[in-house]
Amino acid sequence: MKSQFTITNSCKIESNIIFFNEEKIFETEGDSFAEFAKSVYKKFGINYPKFFKMDNLSKLAFLASEVLLSEQIIAEAENNVALVFANRSSSLDTDVKFQQSIDDKENYYPSPAVFVYTLPNICVGEISIKHQLKSENAFFVFEENNEVFLTQYATSLLQNKKATKVLCGWVEYFDESYLAKLFIVE
Amino acid sequence: MNNKSVYITQTNCITPLGFDVNSNWDALQQGKSGIKLHKNVGNLEQFYASIISTTELNEVFDKTVFPFSVSDKKFTKLEKMLLLALLPLVEKHQISNRTAFVFSTTKGNISSLELESNPVKEAQLAFLAKKISSLFGFTTEPIVLSNACVSGVLAIAVAKRMIQVGVYDDAFILAGDEVSEFVLSGFNSFQAMSEMPCKPYDSDRNGVTLGEATAAVYLTSDNNKVESNAIKICGDGAINDANHISGPSRTGEGLYKSIESAIREANITVKEIDYISAHGTATLYNDEMEAIAFNRLHLQNVPVNSLKGFYGHTLGASGLLETVIAIESAKRNHLIMSKGFQHDGTSQSIAVIKENKPAEINYFLKTASGFGGCNTAVIFKKLN
Repeated sequence: MKSQFTITNSCKIESNIIFFNEEKIFETEGDSFAEFAKSVYKKFGINYPKFFKMDNLSKLAFLASEVLLSEQIIAEAENNVALVFANRSSSLDTDVKFQQSIDDKENYYPSPAVFVYTLPNICVGEISIKHQLKSENAFFVFEENNEVFLTQYATSLLQNKKATKVLCGWVEYFDESYLAKLFIVE
Repeated sequence: MNNKSVYITQTNCITPLGFDVNSNWDALQQGKSGIKLHKNVGNLEQFYASIISTTELNEVFDKTVFPFSVSDKKFTKLEKMLLLALLPLVEKHQISNRTAFVFSTTKGNISSLELESNPVKEAQLAFLAKKISSLFGFTTEPIVLSNACVSGVLAIAVAKRMIQVGVYDDAFILAGDEVSEFVLSGFNSFQAMSEMPCKPYDSDRNGVTLGEATAAVYLTSDNNKVESNAIKICGDGAINDANHISGPSRTGEGLYKSIESAIREANITVKEIDYISAHGTATLYNDEMEAIAFNRLHLQNVPVNSLKGFYGHTLGASGLLETVIAIESAKRNHLIMSKGFQHDGTSQSIAVIKENKPAEINYFLKTASGFGGCNTAVIFKKLN
């Protein structure tokens, strides 16, 4: 498939390290993901209290998107940036926590604040809200990172003028094991 | 750019009202609903839901001949529903190395988490998709779409887009979700469950009734396979509200923009739309939001229904199941009533269908909205 579109920026977060266009821009050592996420939040001067209500998958997707979108988004303008994410574990990290809240009939405490995060596309909603992106979005699940598919889908959105840019990639989180690998196609 | 046309040429569904499209259609004609009172799941003493009888499912499944051996394998209830939905389509259409398999679900085999000894892998959506796709002999990687309650409609848009961009020639779309304690307890914790069978758009509506179903459709861009009465996918849009993760936008912005995007691509005017198969979950906010979006687009006089009064909310299956029924409505030129609706219950009025009736249907619109602020709209056209 020929493509007139190119990848302009990328961000990878894994093992408590953030890369922007393959250059290491932040690192902490030995932290849990929650501690690492909090340090990133402080380091980048993010002021967004909703962040602390998010589940780990949303926090991961949110932080990687902050790195890429902070320069892309023009306030007050219509930013037609589509969000197209994928991962392996869907929302299973939170699903397991929600399941634990209903395992014991004597101690039954399902919480709406947890239940809402038992859908993987909630992280897309969080990023849409933060950057006011009223744009195309989709969340896919694959066994392995399928950048070829995501790039093809991004191309179809750009070709059909459904978006002017596409932020896409892999955001996987399960039980402290995580990888965010996002890129912008335009 | 001149995109090639993509058509739906075959459909199927497995629901409490029947295990094929014709039996579902007959049940809908008779006004039957799959919603019944059920008891004692989790801490719910009783609740309404549209649930497939496991006994009936097992009987049908055991009698069905699949192109692979099933006796040596174990299948969950959802897997049996999925295999039965897909079978007639695979029997009719050849699978090639340019055939996509798109699977839409929100929670898949989430019930497997109930047994702690089960490996978490069994609850992974891609694992389930691979299990189904490899049995039928698909060679391409399954494309799993898990985008809350719009998944089933979005799957159609995704498959059509991927065919148009030239990656695939055709696609099988399969969608399914089951009623589980996981989902029941979650919706109940939101206080979003109706105490009676749900009443979409009605003034007395007070929440969702959950349901389970599977549905399947076959998409092709091969004009030689297209017969009269085939359904063309004319345009689509799937735009986020950017407003709230668990409530719809009060202005219906994302749905408005999704429909607008679909109409623009279809290159038609709103006047040409003959019927809307809407989402209509029967929550106060969802139905109100849809009425506002339809009014903003001047679609308030187009006949509209929600099928949730028949099937409940079947989550990742709902968009595809409701499209299958809408296609049947178009082919038979017959509108289905919006079961549970009696009195206008939205601040801006819409043309909710009160009784089954004949009507000429050429262009129709399917919409859905869901958690995470997502929305999807697809415009279809019946070929004459």
